[in-house]
Amino acid sequence: MADKKITENEVTKKIAEIAKKVYNKIVLIEKPDLVLPIRSLSNVTYDEKEGYFRILNKEKVRTLGANTIKTFAQTLRMMSLSKDLISSEDIATKREAYYVSKNWGDARFKEQPESDTVMDDIEAMLRVNREQIGFVPEEKGGAVAGELVVIDKDSDTGKRLEIDCTKFGSGAYSVPSSVEHLSFKTKAKFVLAIETSGMFERLNKHKYWRKSNCILVSMGGVPTRACRRFIRKLADEQKIPVYVFTDGDPYGFGSIYRTLKVGSGNAAHINQYFCVPQAQFIGITPNDIEDYKLPTHPLKDVDMKKIKDLLKNDPFIKHYKPWQKALVKMAKMKVRAEQQALAKHGLNYVIDTYLPEKIKNPKTWLP
Amino acid sequence: MAKGQVHASELAKKQKQISVAEFFEKNRHLLGFDNARRALLTTIKEAVDNALDACEEARILPEIFVELIQLDDKRFRVIIEDNGPGIVKKQVPNIFARLLYGSKFHKLAQTRGQQGIGISASVLYGQLTTGKSATVLTKTDAHKKAYGCKVKIDTLNNMPEVKDEIEEDWEEKDHGTRVEIDLEGSYHKGRQGVDEYLKQTAIVNPHATIIYTDPNAEQIIFPRVAQSLPPEAREIKPHPYGVELGILMKMMQMTSEKTLGAFLKNSFERVSPKTMKEICQNSALLPTMKIKAMTREHADKLMKGIARSKIMAPPTDCISPITAELLEKGLRKEINAEFYCSTTRPAAVYRGNPFIIEAAMAYGGEQLSDKSVRIMRFANRVPLLYQQGACSITGSVQQTSWKSYGLQQSRKQIPVGPCTMVVHMGSVWVPFTSESKEALAAYPEIEKEVRLALQECGRKLASFVRKKKRIKDEAKKRGFITKYMPHVAEALQELLGITDIEKKDVEDKLAEILKADRGELKEIKIDNPDYDPEFAKIGREPETEENSESEEEEESSTKKAKQQKLDF
Repeated sequence: MADKKITENEVTKKIAEIAKKVYNKIVLIEKPDLVLPIRSLSNVTYDEKEGYFRILNKEKVRTLGANTIKTFAQTLRMMSLSKDLISSEDIATKREAYYVSKNWGDARFKEQPESDTVMDDIEAMLRVNREQIGFVPEEKGGAVAGELVVIDKDSDTGKRLEIDCTKFGSGAYSVPSSVEHLSFKTKAKFVLAIETSGMFERLNKHKYWRKSNCILVSMGGVPTRACRRFIRKLADEQKIPVYVFTDGDPYGFGSIYRTLKVGSGNAAHINQYFCVPQAQFIGITPNDIEDYKLPTHPLKDVDMKKIKDLLKNDPFIKHYKPWQKALVKMAKMKVRAEQQALAKHGLNYVIDTYLPEKIKNPKTWLP
Repeated sequence: MAKGQVHASELAKKQKQISVAEFFEKNRHLLGFDNARRALLTTIKEAVDNALDACEEARILPEIFVELIQLDDKRFRVIIEDNGPGIVKKQVPNIFARLLYGSKFHKLAQTRGQQGIGISASVLYGQLTTGKSATVLTKTDAHKKAYGCKVKIDTLNNMPEVKDEIEEDWEEKDHGTRVEIDLEGSYHKGRQGVDEYLKQTAIVNPHATIIYTDPNAEQIIFPRVAQSLPPEAREIKPHPYGVELGILMKMMQMTSEKTLGAFLKNSFERVSPKTMKEICQNSALLPTMKIKAMTREHADKLMKGIARSKIMAPPTDCISPITAELLEKGLRKEINAEFYCSTTRPAAVYRGNPFIIEAAMAYGGEQLSDKSVRIMRFANRVPLLYQQGACSITGSVQQTSWKSYGLQQSRKQIPVGPCTMVVHMGSVWVPFTSESKEALAAYPEIEKEVRLALQECGRKLASFVRKKKRIKDEAKKRGFITKYMPHVAEALQELLGITDIEKKDVEDKLAEILKADRGELKEIKIDNPDYDPEFAKIGREPETEENSESEEEEESSTKKAKQQKLDF
């Protein structure tokens, strides 16, 4: 990370500090506690100047008691695992960490989501990125194709590697889970981040990136941290704009686009690095549904709930009137449209007409 | 006349008087003699009921001997002896050897043996199955000699036949009656056996001593635990709302009153001069009308008038409850449970008859939690062992929603859980569904009161069940503490490199911290000094022996239990 504030040595020190505090309390026959930042949207604010969700200071105190002793024990054991990983310069995937816990007898995790939550807690408690405590996700960072050369190095020889993203044919370059060491060479004019891999495939197959001189990134749903960081680094270093193309539904707006642009509530302490403030939403907007006469599906109850929730609780949406208008409009229309709906006008309508028109006309975007 | 049609005179040849014996034979099930096992119980029940009633009426603390002697495979001799007032010589044949003869039928008072067919049915049954007469010995006064005889029923004319009359000293008794009946029977233990009946009778009649000798010549004594008799069963007059046309007409025939007004005022409860006028007005009859001149039509008008008049409810102080306390005490003796509760409802009225409902419950302890709850039913201090399914008490149990009171229940079924429910109905007139007196008829007023009593107990039960659950949860939480404490210590050891001694210290101190936090754990255990395992064992079936003749009701209730298991 560009300005990594805490070195790995400091992380182990911090872990030891927390453990020592717990120990000292117990020795005095007092209830020990762990202090964690609250990991939700209620603990972030949208910082317009910086362009991301900044974490606030709300904390929860997990005091040791009959109801909390299990998680308490698990958190401490997970911290111990993390310490071991750091000192042996090893890493564990989230899934591996979950399996390690199977060795803890009664304190083992039953399902991986439990261990993921504890991991996220520790990460937030130490205010570091999970790579720094030795844990890596399994998920891919996303797929990239287009006018871009990624500069990496061979892990064995340390030799410089130049990866030309135009040369993957019908395939694509896969973003690694850690992207800090990468650098780029490109003449592209913009980055296009795409929600579905289906749409990415179509654009890649017809070499849309050559036609409009751009870089295509498939996010495959909510973008992973690596994907966000990759796009951010690329856009920052090359000073090119980022356009986002998702389904026209509350999930595409509120989960995919919003997380890419300003980060999440869940890992708010690292949003500063894992966001793309320069991202712009080009479609599919509720207006597009009307303008392009797209075929639609009715909104389900969960969609309506998501819209209400976004309008009420999301600091990003609450900051931007145009987004509120768009969501209210969608709620009134009671319909959503998928990216693929553009195929109604012909399979390559999206390449020949929709994207060129949208990119040319910033008035149709959403912030 | 069409071909094949039979002339009335032909039919008339076949029409003849039905003998009592024939009627009895064909209607055994109505009278409680449908099988050998039940016949034995019914006989003992009639005799014991009569003995208790007689003693109480004479204000004597009852002391009753019951002896069962097995004569051969099928035959038994039943001997019942009491210390009651005795029977005057003239009445002996009528009481023992004349069907449908009795003093209690026309009387409204809270007694046991009302409206039954009486002991004479047992005498007849014995006579039909063994050919033998019943032997009676009775003494009314310490200074008089006892009178004994053998009685039989002339089944053609329903008249007693008396022979072998004797007079003897019967020195061990100042007064009392002893009856011996030989009959065909079948002796079993279990929920519907003689032992169980006597035990339950002892529970609800703590003022009686019952000495019972079973066919194995083992003697069980149920000693008297209360030294006072229940209040005397006070007789009341009928309430106008309770009479039917036939009874009304009969009362009009029998009365010595001259006018309708006087008849109404003096023959019924709660008829004041004002009420009498109201009834007469509503019936469009004159109070001065001559009773003897009244026709069926007049009586009909009177019935309708009564229905339209507002008449005060009958007095209820003539009903004496067993009391909630005593019911609960009996339960404690019988069942080793964790929780007991009981309630006595205020008296209520159905069809002009005052009645009172009491209920008690025992929960948990040694009772099985996957069985249907056990229901113990009583009417005027008499245990009801048969026809549970036909009884409105059972109906009320099923209609009550038990889920909110902590028992499992399929829709409108007997609930499942480790629980015993006792319901007692005391009334001047208990509405049995048949002459065998084993099931209560479903009157809405009675069902309502039973339900309210059950719900009162249910609320107490629910709070106990909740408390028990809380304690169980708490114990579980404590389990958590001991389970995860070592992991906290171990993680700290790994993180800080503390020694094993320090690690042990962490565990000890954690235990201390968390114990101080949660306080002492309350325990629910069986705390029942009244429980009498010997007593509880009485009447239970031996566990190894399969009872092939077990009553179908029991079978069907287990079937229901199975059904319920499937439903969950």
